[in-house]
Amino acid sequence: MKLKGRVIKYGDNVDTDVIIPARYLNTSDPNELAAHCMEDLDKDFAKKIKPGDIIVADNNFGCGSSREHAPIAIKYAGISCVVAKSFARIFYRNSINTGLPIIEIDAEIENGDELEIDLTAGEIKNLTKGETYTFPPFPEFLQKIIDAGGLMNAMKTM
Amino acid sequence: MGMTMTQKILAAHCGREKVAPGDMIMANLDLVLANDITAPVAINEYRKAGCESVFDKEKVALVMDHFTPNKDIKAAEQCKMVREFAGEKGIVNFFDTGEVGVEHALLPERGMVTAGDLVIGADSHTCTYGALGAFSTGVGSTDMAVGMAYGKAWLRVPSAISFVLKGKPSKHVSGKDVILHIIGKIGVDGALYKSMEFSGDGVANLTMDDRLCICNMAIEAGAKNGIFPVDGKTLEFLKNAGAKQPKVYAADEDAVYDEVTEIDLAQIKPTVAFPHLPENTRTFDEIGDVKIDQVVIGSCTNGRLSDFVTAAEILKGKKVAKGVRVIMIPATQKIYKDALKLGLLEIFIDAGCTVSAPTCGPCLGGHMGILAKGERCVATTNRNFVGRMGHPESEVYLASPAVAAASALAGRLASPENL
Repeated sequence: MKLKGRVIKYGDNVDTDVIIPARYLNTSDPNELAAHCMEDLDKDFAKKIKPGDIIVADNNFGCGSSREHAPIAIKYAGISCVVAKSFARIFYRNSINTGLPIIEIDAEIENGDELEIDLTAGEIKNLTKGETYTFPPFPEFLQKIIDAGGLMNAMKTM
Repeated sequence: MGMTMTQKILAAHCGREKVAPGDMIMANLDLVLANDITAPVAINEYRKAGCESVFDKEKVALVMDHFTPNKDIKAAEQCKMVREFAGEKGIVNFFDTGEVGVEHALLPERGMVTAGDLVIGADSHTCTYGALGAFSTGVGSTDMAVGMAYGKAWLRVPSAISFVLKGKPSKHVSGKDVILHIIGKIGVDGALYKSMEFSGDGVANLTMDDRLCICNMAIEAGAKNGIFPVDGKTLEFLKNAGAKQPKVYAADEDAVYDEVTEIDLAQIKPTVAFPHLPENTRTFDEIGDVKIDQVVIGSCTNGRLSDFVTAAEILKGKKVAKGVRVIMIPATQKIYKDALKLGLLEIFIDAGCTVSAPTCGPCLGGHMGILAKGERCVATTNRNFVGRMGHPESEVYLASPAVAAASALAGRLASPENL
């Protein structure tokens, strides 16, 4: 599977409270959640992103609460993939379980870079910088969940 | 190679003699938990997948604690949906206003978790039950839905950091100061994906409430779980709570840890985490004049009876500083009632505090004490992220009940040691 998009870059410890503030958790409507995605960190996020854009961050992306609303808000906002140096563990499993592509990699990617990501080959092409980064495949167990389109579907065959 | 306490519990729950860090397992669950925010998403997934009955009506807990008593129409609709689901599926452990308490105070209090259990909860602070010698960890709503349907969860077996506790904490130092001190030392991702396993002679000097508070905030260091060895205090707590027969696991003597860190409890001072991360810790020799607008004592971290006893000792016969709003939130109905019986609520009211019904409320910026732009709050809660308790330009300072009560009197960050 190939993804292509422009990078929106953030730093360390982007927490789930800024990804989707709790004041909006009185709904589970994905589109409503998406409208407030990243609001407390980047006020114009929902307005400025184009479908397919890629979030790139430093360490511990998604730390904090277990709210699955966070990967849901990101996915429905139109983000195609999140790339970070490391992920908080609940955000990581929530993304796998709900089918938001995420990649753990330590690469120097900057805001505005154009990326082309081949999830199957494990390759990120930075079209702006003319660089290529590789990342290891998911463990087989997680790949099964991803291939099934999420944990709920995967369980039917496990 | 020996196993850690966590690894032993995980092995026992996937029918294996041994597990090693990095192994992917499908574990059998003893309890699956969700609240009024995470359950609706789980129920949607559950219904979409066409699942019928839950795996065990006794082993699912649905706790309406976050935006309750219902803060607005949407919150009321969410609770209604969960209530109807619980009724339809015959889920025994559904807790609603009148009976509800903050989930991680409520479940241990009701004896719903015992030593050796494996618990997942769609709430990040599910790691609290490690204090009881159980493996428990926070997951998302889809995990919760799968847990309800199949009684199983996928887990990657974690490695561990060993924290060897020595000595005895000084008078005004509690479990909160211990865990803030540790997070300040290792950082908010210092234990990412790992277990935090506590041991050492110092464990005996920590109350069960201290241990529950410490494990509660393991997630704030990125940990998968925090866990304490089972001792006499644990067994007494479980017995009093009416928990089922404990199964005691202990780490092997030759268990392998990524790191071993010794913590001298006697050296820990009252500690405050400054905005906007729990790792931004300072002791009072590094704290200047920080004027405050609000104090919150409550939450799954510090809303237990001993927390209110501590606060009442400091507030008794005194008045909170003018212009400071002080909100006391007993975490469960039982704690509320016990505080009432002990005369604590009268002390709080006379001191000028307000007392709220059990709720997570302000901890996550839900309701019952939201902050305006530029306001500062000292809270006994667990997170001080940007906008956590209200306006994105408000500030939360995390502290123990003793520091929070002392600060309520002073109108600024204050140490209980200087009273």
